[in-house]
Amino acid sequence: MRWYYKLPLRLRSIFHKNQTELDLSEELQFHLQNQIDEYVAQGMNPKEARHAAFRSLGGIEQAKEECRDARKVNLIDNFLQDVRFGLRILRRSPGFSILAILCLTLGIGANAAVFSWIEGILFRPYPAVTHQDRLVAVGGTTRGEAGGNPLSWPDFLDLRRSSTLCETLFVSKITGTTLSIGERAERTVGSIVSANYFDAIGVHPILGRGFLPEEDTGQSAHPVAVISYQLWQGRFKGDPQIVGKTQRLNGVVHTIVGVAPEGFFGTFVGWGIQFWVPASMEDIFESGGYKLEDRGARWIESYARLKPGVTLQQAQQEVAAISGRLAAEYPATNRGRSIRLWPLWQTPFNNAGTLLPTLEIMLAVVVFVLLIACANVGNLLLVRSFARRHEMSVRLAIGASQARLWKQLLTEGLVLSLFGAAGGLLLAHWCRHALVLLFPARGGVQMHLPGEIDWRVLALSAAVCLLTTLLLGVAPALQTSKIDLATALKMESAAVVGGRGRAWVRSALVLVQVSLSFILLVGAGLLLQSLLRVRTTSPGFTTRGVQSTALDLVSAGYDPVRAQTFQDALLERIRALPGVESVAVARMTPLSYVSSSETPIVVDGYQPPPEESPVVEYNEVGPNYFVTLGIPLVEGREFTRADDEKAALVAMVNETMANRYWKGRNAIGERLQVKGRWMQVVGVAKDSKYSSVRENPKPFFFLPLRQNNRRGSALFVRTPLGQEVMGPAIAREVRALDANLAPYEVITLQEELERSTSPQMVAVTLVAILGGLALLLAAVGLYGVMSYAVSQSTRELGLRMALGAGASNLLRLVLSRGLALTGAGVLLGAAAALLLTRLLGNLLYQVSPRDPLAFGSAFAVMTVAALAACFLPAWRATRTDPMRALRTE
Amino acid sequence: MAKPTDLVQGTLDLLILKTLALQPMHGWGIAQRIRQVSKEVLQVNQGALYPALHRLEQQGWIRAKWGESENNRRAKFYSLTPDGTKYLRQEQAQWKRLSLAIELVLDTP
Repeated sequence: MRWYYKLPLRLRSIFHKNQTELDLSEELQFHLQNQIDEYVAQGMNPKEARHAAFRSLGGIEQAKEECRDARKVNLIDNFLQDVRFGLRILRRSPGFSILAILCLTLGIGANAAVFSWIEGILFRPYPAVTHQDRLVAVGGTTRGEAGGNPLSWPDFLDLRRSSTLCETLFVSKITGTTLSIGERAERTVGSIVSANYFDAIGVHPILGRGFLPEEDTGQSAHPVAVISYQLWQGRFKGDPQIVGKTQRLNGVVHTIVGVAPEGFFGTFVGWGIQFWVPASMEDIFESGGYKLEDRGARWIESYARLKPGVTLQQAQQEVAAISGRLAAEYPATNRGRSIRLWPLWQTPFNNAGTLLPTLEIMLAVVVFVLLIACANVGNLLLVRSFARRHEMSVRLAIGASQARLWKQLLTEGLVLSLFGAAGGLLLAHWCRHALVLLFPARGGVQMHLPGEIDWRVLALSAAVCLLTTLLLGVAPALQTSKIDLATALKMESAAVVGGRGRAWVRSALVLVQVSLSFILLVGAGLLLQSLLRVRTTSPGFTTRGVQSTALDLVSAGYDPVRAQTFQDALLERIRALPGVESVAVARMTPLSYVSSSETPIVVDGYQPPPEESPVVEYNEVGPNYFVTLGIPLVEGREFTRADDEKAALVAMVNETMANRYWKGRNAIGERLQVKGRWMQVVGVAKDSKYSSVRENPKPFFFLPLRQNNRRGSALFVRTPLGQEVMGPAIAREVRALDANLAPYEVITLQEELERSTSPQMVAVTLVAILGGLALLLAAVGLYGVMSYAVSQSTRELGLRMALGAGASNLLRLVLSRGLALTGAGVLLGAAAALLLTRLLGNLLYQVSPRDPLAFGSAFAVMTVAALAACFLPAWRATRTDPMRALRTE
Repeated sequence: MAKPTDLVQGTLDLLILKTLALQPMHGWGIAQRIRQVSKEVLQVNQGALYPALHRLEQQGWIRAKWGESENNRRAKFYSLTPDGTKYLRQEQAQWKRLSLAIELVLDTP
């Protein structure tokens, strides 16, 4: 109530305990003295008066105790006493304590680590950005499909002008360049942003400035850049005069106008952004030319901050209304298109979306691990609580209340879980940046996926800790409520060990452990199989025996003409290398992050339904692309050297596109309009995968590089030689032509494919690690229960031996008990797994959630682990000395 | 002397507060005072008096200070806080209403 009265009093009671106690004694003493005086005055003799006075107070100690209760001193005092007692117990059996704390550290640590990842990647991914709790991702949808497409610049501007519920909207589109400073050339990740970017996110450059409002207008009109703190420190050696200096980015000289503060990594989950350029520089960094005035060119990724108090639904309604108006006003480009908002953790265009399903599964998995750890520690506590049954009985007998004992047991659980939580948080702290280690560096750039341990993570971990406490305390606590005082006190404390009820509870705990870890094993098996499927499914092109690399001619300052000459010469030289079967160039490598562009098209003779404006993805490729990648042609021919600037415009389409737009007709010779130019279809290629192995067949077309004025950066070489031979050979040829140029690393397309599936790889790794951990914990639990059972049934075993049972009989007896327990656990786990594995849904690729192979192998692994866990106790059983065993009881 | 009436649960707090409203007093004094004022009818159970005092102090209705008693002994004197005064007024009104109501019921023939 009135805390300003209470708090000092309460604190005084705790910290000046002696003084408070003295005061209490003196106060009561004063009362007694007065009472005695009165009684004496009434004519009693002093001794009698004294006794009478004590009686009238009803016992001085009881009065004191009641006063202490009134002051709530006891509550705290008892708690501290219990904590001290808990600590003493922990110290007394260090083996038990270490095992228990280790189990809890793993359990709580795994939870805290996953919480920190979820916080740092999904919920608070941009720590330097102000009010990120109101930040939402903005993207486009086509015909109500779920996917988040990019928006076009004009649409974004209209949205920003019309929206009243969004405080601010800004663009942040990831891009990259090869940064050459001095001798070193490195792949660097950057971001194309709207001019309001730094103001909108509340990040203020520590040197220089952000962008000016006019800097996101005009074509290549404002070559300015803000660089990151790391880039400034690392590549520019912290030069204090950096502002105003120039740096070549993608071949264009940019003036550095600012340095972003330390700890700001931009706004893209997965990569640490190193530089920012305004949207006006888009055509320097983006493929597909100048797009700021093209409503059909969708390329930007954007965010909005909602005004305080505005819900996502309200903002979504407004945005939908605006996009509806845009669709009506610009049917040619916007028909069937809509704009959608996503919460930050579902951002469709960065790794938040990719990692979401993995992290969701991880959350379930770590809860399982925690439960298994709790079951283990619970088991240990049960054994110990049995040894302490005598203590509990005595305490109950001398008047401790049931509630008081429960409080004590819960406090002991709390002490344990606090240690576990402390260890767990330390573990999480070490692991907070561990996620990134599971991803292979791509093009030499390491991903950036920091975990974030903030108060929300701490609070959640505390909640986990309390939950653990309850789980740990509840089993021994229930045990005390069943104590029958009379019998318990009569028996020696050791004699009661091994009662039926106890064994049952312990077996049940092991059952839970076995079934939970079985579920995890099944999950890991399914994910592993799915990963193998993904990696072995043919993407529609040859993956082994084709090596790819890239050359950043744009960054090196080549203009299109020089680039063309260079490329022709390079192809000639590489083709002449021994072992090279064929070689080709293209703008983008399939399955790489740099995805294909898309563009609106018009098909001669195809009348789109009213809700559809055909937009199709495409790639620009050079001659021999299809031969080199091993993509079969269905009809027609592929591009040749003859398809150059002077020849008639041509295009190639894939099968799905041919079937969709020229139903039942031969597409060869038909016409297609792209960006206002008509071109003739000369070939139809078989479908293949373009941006992801898991994508469904989709329409796709190809244009000749030469007719599209493009500098192809991807190079493909078909050769039986390994990359350790081809890599240096290609580098040598490149350097022979231009000493300052180096190709990126040379990898096979198989590796490219494997890198593109790294999210699945991460899911498999994490679930496998935690599944293994769970298996280990469960095996330890099983081992504990079996050894305990063996140690408790020495008499039975001895009797059996005396009656003629051989070692093998006993071995079989113990093993079969352990296996029966495991079998029951597996059955339970299998039943649960059948229901639960469906949750893996999105992470599984061409694998049924009920895949028998995964269930079978989980069963096999579990059985082996169980045999291993039971073998030692079983072996110990065979060593029972019948004489001793029979004599002891 | 008739047998002292047991105090109704909760009324002890009210009596203590009322007694302290006159002047700061120690525990012994409070007990004596209640007995005298009630003409020996109300006998405070001494075992319950001190826990009640400590509880009232915890709740902030009264506060304690060490002082010198009439017979020159060190004693703990309790006095009413402003919050306690307010609370007493409330409780007194409440009590009056209650006793009036009980009287009404009992007096109905």
